[in-house]
Amino acid sequence: MVTSILPLKMSGAVVKRRGKTLLGPVDLTVSQTGFTIVMGPNGAGKTTLLRALHGLERLSGGQVQWQIPLRDTLQRQAFVFQTPIMMRRSVRDNLAYPLILHGTPKAAAYALAADWAGRIGLGRALDQQAPQLSGGEKQKLALARALMRSPDILFLDEPCANLDGRAIREIEAILKSAQAGGTRILMATHDIGQARRLASDVVFLMHGKIIEMAAADAFFGAPKTPQAAALLNGDIVE
Amino acid sequence: MGEIWEGLMAGLWLVVTLDPDLVEITLRSLQVTLTAVVIGSAIALPFGAWLAIRRFRHRRATIALLNALMGLPPVVVGLIVYLLLSRSGPFGVLGLLFTPTAMIIAQVIIITPLIASIAHQSIRDIWSEYHDLLISLSTTKRQRIATLIWDGRRALMTASLAGFGRAIGEVGAIMIVGGNIDHATRVLTTAIALETGKGDFALALGLGFVLIGLAIAVNVATHMIGRTESDGKW
Repeated sequence: MVTSILPLKMSGAVVKRRGKTLLGPVDLTVSQTGFTIVMGPNGAGKTTLLRALHGLERLSGGQVQWQIPLRDTLQRQAFVFQTPIMMRRSVRDNLAYPLILHGTPKAAAYALAADWAGRIGLGRALDQQAPQLSGGEKQKLALARALMRSPDILFLDEPCANLDGRAIREIEAILKSAQAGGTRILMATHDIGQARRLASDVVFLMHGKIIEMAAADAFFGAPKTPQAAALLNGDIVE
Repeated sequence: MGEIWEGLMAGLWLVVTLDPDLVEITLRSLQVTLTAVVIGSAIALPFGAWLAIRRFRHRRATIALLNALMGLPPVVVGLIVYLLLSRSGPFGVLGLLFTPTAMIIAQVIIITPLIASIAHQSIRDIWSEYHDLLISLSTTKRQRIATLIWDGRRALMTASLAGFGRAIGEVGAIMIVGGNIDHATRVLTTAIALETGKGDFALALGLGFVLIGLAIAVNVATHMIGRTESDGKW
């Protein structure tokens, strides 16, 4: 039986860069199931929080604790960046890359890549160079590349920023399917509508600190902080 | 103008008649240079990639030194290799002086910093693009270097071609360590120097045109094999 890497506990986490505190101190527990939406204005620390949880950001203080040793968690996590990183390879090779990297035979990795390309509507673009895809296609490809490894937890940093409605709908469908398949999801977004559609719980950040954390129904129904209430009212929150 | 025309004609005649001496010299030029480029690239490309991804104490100084070494004077390299390989030198026992191997050693020393420096700059750009993804995928350093070299292979080909260009036209170092011995270490550049010294400008020019043609042909062939300009490739 494989031990789950969750729940994940972040305690007293602080991220500083050139003396400036970008995040923290933050205490956060990520349970085994659910879809957490991280909200807040620009510069609130959403991206830094996700990067710190994933291990991309070095902590200046505090710690992130997984249920298994840190080095073993990385292969069971995935991260989708706001600007999708496309390797200078074909769609097929982009999808197969993480699998081959971790020991999947090339033929099996390519077969799975073709299957996933079909699922995200890129079945006919397998041999196309990935950097030539449209913004929505790139983001779907990045998402598929992350999900192909069946991660225990998936971090998404505003994956739908700058995408049109159709692309957003397709990405949300993929995310819902992944969540149903058992992947824990943490996603940063500015889109309140999207947050309402997807969230099981919400983390609200301001100036690098969590100022509200609640189940989605409670957060959207009766926010406890004036900043969250203002955001949900469509006011500008700084 | 007349001499250039004569040189062109002489060069053409040598090529058309497949002059045995020209063929021998050309093949030796290619053998020495291509061997040096392969060895130099095998050292320089991974080193350039390693330098791009690795953070260490004297990294900036190392990069500055590497860039400075691009301008390494070939004659000085030739002199040092000569001293190392001469009978009284530490490697004299190997008997390599005045052989193509000595010429290859000198060329490797000259072109490796050039290839490494260009490779470092190319790979640094790809690394800044790939950094978060490769860290996120928990790649090892070796996997990162292999990935960056593979995905940057077309840019790195340019680095190797720059090394080829420098090596094929090099004369100072290989003259010193090779000795320009007929049927042994004579290559196109040393032959041109010899013919110029003898006053046979037409033949020297002819050899020069062959050398230029050879350099262009290798570059074009490499680009065609690598399909650098084909649609959607990098």
